[in-house]
Amino acid sequence: MQDQEVIREFIVESYENLSRLDQELVELEQRPKDKELLTSIFRTIHTIKGTCGFLAFSTLEKITHQAESLLSRLRDGQCELDSHIVSLILETVDATRKVLASIEASNEEGTERFEDLTERLRAAVNASDTKQNRPASASLAEDGAANPAPGPGSDESPSGAVEAARAETDATRSSAIADANIRVGVGLLDNLMDLVGELVLARNQILQFNSEREDPALNATAQRLNLITSELQEGVMKTRMQPIGVIWNKLPRVVRDMAQALGKQIQLEMDGAETELDRTIIEAIKDPLVHLVRNSCDHGIEAPEVRSSVGKPAAGKLLLRAYHEGGQVNIEISDDGAGIDVASVRRKAIEKGMLRPEQAEKLSDREALNLVFQPGFSTAQRVTTVSGRGVGMDVVKSHIEKIGGVVDMVSQPGDGTTVKLKIPLTLAIIPGLVITSGGERFVIPQVSLLELIRLESDSSDKRIEHVHGTPVYRRRGTLLPIACLNDVLGLKSRAQADATNIIVLQAEDRQFGLVVDGINDTQEIVVKPLSKQLKGLSIYAGATIMGDGRVALILDVLGIGQRSGVLSEIREQSRGSAEQRTEFLAERKQRMLLFRTGSFERLAVPLSLVSRLEELSQDSIEKAGDTQVVQYRGRILPLISLRDALSAGEGHETPAAGHLQVVVFNDGERSAGIVVDQILDVVEEAIDIREKSSRKGLLGSAVLGGRVTDILDLNHILRSSGGAWFNRGRREAGKRVLVAAKSQFRRSLIHCSLDMGGHRVVEAGDLDGTIRVLEKQPVDVVLAELDLSPKGSGELISALRGRQEWQRIPVLGLTNLDGRTTTASGQARGYRELVDISDSEAVLEAVARLGSDAPNPQDAGELACQEK
Amino acid sequence: MSNGNTASIGPETQAASQFSTFFVGNLFFGVDVLRVQEVLLFQHMTRVPLAPQVIEGLINLRGQIVTAIDMRRMLKLPDRAEGQSPMNMVIGSEDGAVSLLVDEIGDVLDVDRALYERPPESLDPAARQLIRGVYKLKDRLMLVLDVEKAMDLEERNAA
Repeated sequence: MQDQEVIREFIVESYENLSRLDQELVELEQRPKDKELLTSIFRTIHTIKGTCGFLAFSTLEKITHQAESLLSRLRDGQCELDSHIVSLILETVDATRKVLASIEASNEEGTERFEDLTERLRAAVNASDTKQNRPASASLAEDGAANPAPGPGSDESPSGAVEAARAETDATRSSAIADANIRVGVGLLDNLMDLVGELVLARNQILQFNSEREDPALNATAQRLNLITSELQEGVMKTRMQPIGVIWNKLPRVVRDMAQALGKQIQLEMDGAETELDRTIIEAIKDPLVHLVRNSCDHGIEAPEVRSSVGKPAAGKLLLRAYHEGGQVNIEISDDGAGIDVASVRRKAIEKGMLRPEQAEKLSDREALNLVFQPGFSTAQRVTTVSGRGVGMDVVKSHIEKIGGVVDMVSQPGDGTTVKLKIPLTLAIIPGLVITSGGERFVIPQVSLLELIRLESDSSDKRIEHVHGTPVYRRRGTLLPIACLNDVLGLKSRAQADATNIIVLQAEDRQFGLVVDGINDTQEIVVKPLSKQLKGLSIYAGATIMGDGRVALILDVLGIGQRSGVLSEIREQSRGSAEQRTEFLAERKQRMLLFRTGSFERLAVPLSLVSRLEELSQDSIEKAGDTQVVQYRGRILPLISLRDALSAGEGHETPAAGHLQVVVFNDGERSAGIVVDQILDVVEEAIDIREKSSRKGLLGSAVLGGRVTDILDLNHILRSSGGAWFNRGRREAGKRVLVAAKSQFRRSLIHCSLDMGGHRVVEAGDLDGTIRVLEKQPVDVVLAELDLSPKGSGELISALRGRQEWQRIPVLGLTNLDGRTTTASGQARGYRELVDISDSEAVLEAVARLGSDAPNPQDAGELACQEK
Repeated sequence: MSNGNTASIGPETQAASQFSTFFVGNLFFGVDVLRVQEVLLFQHMTRVPLAPQVIEGLINLRGQIVTAIDMRRMLKLPDRAEGQSPMNMVIGSEDGAVSLLVDEIGDVLDVDRALYERPPESLDPAARQLIRGVYKLKDRLMLVLDVEKAMDLEERNAA
């Protein structure tokens, strides 16, 4: 029993010694002449060896003895320190750890004997002896014989005596420190922490009680209690704090090993190792920190020759800094290496399909840089054993964010990279926003909180809007999906609210609004885990005890977002990039012409519909009937004033007098010009957010070039303005086309271009709608989106083929994935042809083609008859 | 409880074990006395929306958050009558305590092992998983609650 106790003590002590050794050895490599350091290392090994002998751990004793012999020669100046020796001793340290682990687990040293290591240590000792002794030529034989023996040292004794004496004085000095410290189990501290938390609650209640009655005696006692409790709480909190140096200790070793493996020279500097953090946090940041350091060594700092060639010192510098700032701890890992080339990050992100080119352009350099924290991203040209496998940085980020921290990266190509971690001091206590919903209190961690919005009831109906039943809120021009906490949790809604409270939350990289009944205040809360019975509920992050002693649940923002459907399931890492790629393709970009007219500051039409942009002189305008026209390229071009057509009123600026900006539309036969105030730009972009417009002449609005832009309903404008366009067309040449697509916006665009091509168009939004239209009226061509119905629009084909009168109607498939789905595969599924939904030209051509090579001319005749 | 004394067995029985007893509806249960951490009057309960039905809520037990499981719901019995507040029987376990909400707390009984019998095969499945066995006491039957099963909602749901 007592032995057990002694062994345990030995293990704890040895581990501590070993971690110090790691650090000291690396230091020693840099300052090989530092006698004091060497002595300290020697002493540490000596202590371990001594205790091993006492406890009869013979393997350990053998290894440490050899290492000690080697060190003693170093100390006595009998041989020079080189990296080979340091490596050997570090290896000894590793071996010792291994044996200690085995002792800890089974009380035995394990089967490994480390004979190879002992042999090499011995060889090093011998080598030093021969080197040393050859010039002196003294006692060569004797030394050679005596050294291999691990027995009580022949040459060791004189220095041993000195050492012993020195160790004794040191021991008396260090024991004073040892006496002032005791080891306490972490469990006990956690328990104390719980009790103090409870005491704080009791104190709060007493203070409440005290304020209600005027009893001077009670008042004095309550004040004292208050003071003592606060101090106690602070004190107990401190016991859980550890200096960050605890995890930094192992970094010199990591850096040294990396540098050796990569053939680089890296100098590690650490600043602020004494900065204290809660031990739970220390645990949590350990791995990310090591990863970041490895990353800097591998990718950041260049090889010595590269560094020399650009005029930097051959040895790279890696600086770790830790400091307190604003109730948080900042940790910086900076290197003076090559830095990160933002352009290559952008390129890589586009290559991997994480971003569209124009999105990448829009990102600031800093934002672009932080793309390296995205899953599946690695800029390393090659994959090494150390890093560059594309996992890592995203894991670092998620680890840090899990504990409420933030990661940021700054890099200057050529000058180096700095990664900055902002970490809360403690995990156990976090700031949170207390809210009520359905009569219950909940806490939302402050880290996820972006802003609070309060909508007064008289306007709230107007401001939470619905997109096909999904609530959204217009927040500074972008749509914020909204979830109602009462609905998410299945709680009863409060009957009548005088205002709506929206909490804007950030979950991973997305935002959403959460509607709650009431917002109380922010508090520092003590996070406690939920019992295993409730672990399955992803909507809670834990629970806490409020000031009144009752329990309140802490909401998990991500879980709430997913449960309510405002956030889709987390993208899995491996699938991430592939999914993003399809997303990217799904919202195909489109070139849009931007212009301005009257009070409409930003209008757009698809550029594919525009034939030319002209600047015409005011004098050239003539009148033909009630229509304004100009002579244009030998023809008469009717003009439509967009300002009149939209009743746009006066804009901020009137167009330059004398000149008209005209957008010319042309379909080969007919032309029309639309007069606008000013042509702004052409953007190529996916239509991100679409809102249908109720206003005539506009299809809806979208965000283009970062600003809300109205999309012009060209069809309506051309038709409504004096009939210059449509009444003259060759209607009979046109076809009756049914456009079936889910998106109203897409339908309108296709409708628009088909209309301009002289076709008559009917629309349908889904399969049922398509069938209904077909039943009502004859149709020459069906244009259908491939994924029209959830089951796939194979359904549509079979529905058409199922009815005799519809069997011959050609069906064109509208795809989002140009080039991805081949026409051949479309034909296999029953489509005559596949066309890209956003390419209006191609759509028109395909429709025209179908007319000429209609499989059965009689069918066309039939249809024509029916129409009559 | 008056009935507790009549049911107790004399100290001469060597193979005796001690049980903390409680009532749920008309059922009389026993739990190994060493597993019971404490017994409390009804505490304020924080509801946990979307939690399994049997979880009544969370209580604050001197800074420790304890999940309360309603024994009536677990046994598929009708809910307690309005105004009848349950008692908390707090059971300790390795990963945090759990409180069982019961109708009434009975005495601690020394029970003769010889009176033990396996539960009948015909027992309702809801109860079957929770009841490890039956002690045939003089005036009534004491059901031995399988505490682990009672606390492990997941496994039982899966079963």
